[in-house]
Formats: sequence, structure tokens, C-alpha cells
Amino acid sequence: MVRTGSVEILKALAVDWISIGRMDEWARRDSPVHRLDARAKAIVTLGFIVAVMSFPRHDISALVPFILYPVILTSAGGLPARELFKKILVAAPFALAVGLFNPLLDRRPVALVGPLTITGGWLSFASVLFRFVLTVWAALALVACTGMYRLVAGLERLGLPRVFATQLLFLYRYLFVVADEGVRMKRGVDLRAGVKKALTLRVYGSLMGHLLLRSLDRAERVHRAMLSRGFDGEIRVIRSKPFCAKDWLFVGGGLAFFIIARAWNLASAVGRLMTGSVS
Amino acid sequence: MHMADALISPAVGGTFWAFTGGLIVYCARKLKQTLRDNLVPMMGVLGAFIFAAQMLNFSIPGTGSSGHLGGGLILTILLGPHAAFIVMASVLTVQAFFFADGGLLALGCNIFNLGFFPAFVAYPLLYRPFAKGEFATARAAAAAIVAAAVSLELGAFFVVLQTKLSGISELPFGSFMLLMLPIHLAIGVVEGLATAAVVSFVVRARPEALPAACESARTPKNLRPLWVGFLLAAAILGGVASWFASSHPDGLEWSMFKVSGKEELETPTGGIHETLAGVQKKTAILPDYGFRTNEGDAHNEEGAEPMAEPWPAVSAGTSVSGIVGGLITLALAGVTGLALKARPPRSDGSNR
Repeated sequence: MVRTGSVEILKALAVDWISIGRMDEWARRDSPVHRLDARAKAIVTLGFIVAVMSFPRHDISALVPFILYPVILTSAGGLPARELFKKILVAAPFALAVGLFNPLLDRRPVALVGPLTITGGWLSFASVLFRFVLTVWAALALVACTGMYRLVAGLERLGLPRVFATQLLFLYRYLFVVADEGVRMKRGVDLRAGVKKALTLRVYGSLMGHLLLRSLDRAERVHRAMLSRGFDGEIRVIRSKPFCAKDWLFVGGGLAFFIIARAWNLASAVGRLMTGSVS
Repeated sequence: MHMADALISPAVGGTFWAFTGGLIVYCARKLKQTLRDNLVPMMGVLGAFIFAAQMLNFSIPGTGSSGHLGGGLILTILLGPHAAFIVMASVLTVQAFFFADGGLLALGCNIFNLGFFPAFVAYPLLYRPFAKGEFATARAAAAAIVAAAVSLELGAFFVVLQTKLSGISELPFGSFMLLMLPIHLAIGVVEGLATAAVVSFVVRARPEALPAACESARTPKNLRPLWVGFLLAAAILGGVASWFASSHPDGLEWSMFKVSGKEELETPTGGIHETLAGVQKKTAILPDYGFRTNEGDAHNEEGAEPMAEPWPAVSAGTSVSGIVGGLITLALAGVTGLALKARPPRSDGSNR
């Protein structure tokens, strides 16, 4: 999918590969955040993203209080912040590339900070970057402290169609298997081709075709094994505990905070309080 | 090509969520009716295959660069439109979850841009009629290239449209278009080449691996859902394009105008948004999932805008208090984070 990018992105993608498994590892830990119901976390995270993206484009200071949410998820969930940030950086190019045009196109001065004139474009660019960090961070933290299985089970109970939920779980389970196959194939090619150069279309076609057929064979075998164990077309996920008081509290508290922070600029209120410029 | 959350407004994101959500429900129903029982694991494995396929590159003849398989078209050829759309949606969802590619709010947009066009537009309208049931010939390759290029162009067009409607990027419509379309034309051709190469290999090596293709070649197809989807897309396209054409001939002019007042932006989307919201209410996917808050916020935004938007009125005092307050809040958030920091996890691996 990231074809527009160059080798760096692909390398990053290859690295990211392994870290899918690592996110699963984080999700298996235990913390107060992990113990929250997946539905509660999904709803609050979506509310968070909607609130953040509903601001007009030049706002920055009003967005700052929102950072509290991913910070809480990350720290209370015991997630490694550094690795999360690496993942955020990998995802940055598109937002960065599109946002970078803002300073060029919007040159109206909006603020003076000492000798520096800040234009609207830089302001909105900074806002785009900040929103990018907020939204990506929140989404990654959600997955990292919930895990694929619990998340999909939660979403299904919120109304995700059964077929789609099953598809997500199957895809996720097969990812590593097929990726291993692909890695082996790539290794074989690298060893035989000697110099690292891209394949010709013909070779590529038959390699990918082979990978495809192997994957299909694997699917067939797995399917037969599943049938013999009584599979009827649906994956059953262990139902988690019912939505309890602390989940309600989390949803209520989270959404209330977003509404308050959306309605009033908390950061500049704090700032007015500190600088004493009460208007 | 992936839309990012940071470039999208809740109204645009919500609209496309509703549309793709409805489409997923529709495809899921369709699949339930026609479920071949080995389809479930096959869909899962093919989704995983699309991921793995991105690890290997091939050199593009005549240029120094390389490309790889993208996904939508080959999935549709292998599985048929409904299953392929669901697989594509699942691939994009996993990418959003684990790679932060795209994002949660933009997920609807991404599924629409990369899944809808190959499955419901390019495959039935271009690939099938052109390829005429052949898979390993030059004709089939040409059909794949045309279909892939058109679906990527349409996808890129919608990326531009969504970005513009969201109003967060300043990029003028026209120049963004000029930036995106040629790149994606090239990518589309490459994708078509890769698709044709793999499909022709599979057909020669094991023709029965293309059951969807063989089936659809035999049975006459019900075209109604296709036309419904096509009309919907045309309505969105037509509504938006005509609005662009009529009121804002010049992209730059338009972006200048938009800085001054945003009401104009909300009205044209309103119609489509309401229609889609109606559709969404009927299909009721993810009923508790915050579309309400979404709309509420959109209105909230409109309400708040007139106060916030005349922004040249930023005085030195307020901007200083904004900066100071922002820094303090940031520090507070950091302290909260440190205070809440979970004790280093026990690495016994037994906890669940």
C-alpha cells in the first residue's frame, strides 16, 4: 500500500512486521487500562479522535489538554512510549507531505512572538502535525492495551457484522504464517540472485503466484482441520465480563472531559491564570 | 495514498464511515447467502497474502524504480466483488490498527478509496468486459492495467476530495489533483502489471484456484447492486464536482474564500451527509458507535466557529497566555503520565 514511498518506507514496513507481534505482547500485559472493557476504550478513543478533529484548523493551544488521554493510556497501561513513537514516525509521511503545503499557501501573519512573525500556514501546519500525533498515538495505544482479539470481540458486540469480525480474526491469525512463507521466499531469492536487485515482472509473477497457491493450500488444510473440529463458519471469542461500573465511569469521564476541553480552551485558561491577564 | 486522521474532519470521516459501513453490511449479507464454506479461511489467507506480497518488489521495465502488488483488483479477480471488498476492508483495518496507516476516523475513507473502486467499479465495468473471461492473455493484461489504473485514479481523486472537504490542508484542489493523479496513474499501471502477472501464473499453474472468476463467467450476473453503488458514487461525485465547478472556478481563490467563512463548506455536504445518515440509520451498523456525538460535534463546531475563526484578532496577550497555558498543560499531562506509570510488568508471561 505504501508504494508511493521509497526503500526507507518499505524497510520500515518490514521492521513493523515484527512489531505487530510486539503489540500483541503489550496487549497481554495486565494493568487497570488493560482491564477496561474493549468497548469502553473503543468508544472513548473514537470520541477523542472526533473531538480533536473537530477543531478549526488554526487551533493548537486548545488541543494541548487532549494529550492527557493518550498519555494516560500509555503510562497507566505500561506501554513503552519510545516504541510507540517510532511507530508514529513511520506513519507520518502522508500527513507531513500534505500539511507542509499550508505554510506556503497561507502567509497571513497571525501572531507576533518577539521578532518572529507567525503566519497562519505555519500555525495550521503545526496544528496538523500535533493532531496527527494525537490521533495516531491514541489509536495505537488503544490497540496496544487491548489486543486484536478483545478489540474485535468488543467491536462485534457494538454491531460490527459477524462476517467482518471473523474475517479480521482470520486475517490476523494468518498474517504471521503467510508472512513467514513470504520471508522464506524472499530469502531464497536473495541467496540465489546474488546481487540485490529487483525481480523482473515475469519472475515476480510466478513467485507471487506460488506464494498465493501455497497460501491457498494452507487455507484448505486449515479449513479441513477446522471442519473436523466442528467449525461452522463463525469464530467464537470468549465473552469478556459485562460492562461494569468502572467502564461506565471511563466512558462518562472520558467523553465529559473531551466535551469540556472542546467547548473551552483549557490551556489558555490556565495560561491566563498564570500570567494574570484576566480578561 | 492512505488518508490520515490528521487531515480529515469528523463530518467527512463520518460520512464515509457510514457509507462503507453500510456497504460492509450489504456485502456480509450477500456472502451469507452464497457462502461456499471454504470461503472463510480463503478470505483470511488472501488478506494475509496481500500483506506478504508487499515484501517482494519487481523492477518496472524501462525505469529504475520498482513496484509491488497493491491488492484490490487481484482480490476481486480471485474472490468476486463482495468477498474482495470485505477482505480489503479487513486489510485496511489491520493496517490502521497496527501500522497507524490511515487512522480510525479516516478508515471509512480509506476503505472507500482503495476497496470500493476496484471491487465495484473497475472490476465489473472494465476488467470483466475487456478480459472476456481470459486470464493469461495480453488482452487480460491490458484489462488489468486499465482497471487498476482507473480504480487508483478514482481513489486518488477521492483522497483529494476528502482532504479538500475537510478543510484542514490548504492545498488548492487543482494543484493537489495535479500532484496526485499522475503519480497514481503510474502506480495503477504498475499494479495492473503485477496483477496480470500473478493471475496469469495462477491460471496456468492451477486454473481451479480461480473459482470466483470461473463462476462469474458462467452465470449471468445480477447488475442491480452494481448500479446502486455506481449511482451513489456518481451522486457524490456529481454533487461535489458541480459545486466546485460552479462557485469556485479557481482552486486558490476558493481556498482563500474558505479561510474567511466556512458555512459554504457545510451546506453542500449537508445533503449527501443527511442522505447517508438516513441510510446509516436504516442499516444501523455500530449503533452506539458515536455517530451521534460526531454529528453533535459537527454542529458544535459550526456554532463555535464564528467566534474562533476571525483569527487575525489574535492579540499578543491571548497568544502568550495560549503558549504559557499550553506548556503548563503539557507539563501537567507529563506529570500525570509519570504518576500513573504502571510498575514494570512482570515478565512471567502467565498473566492474561
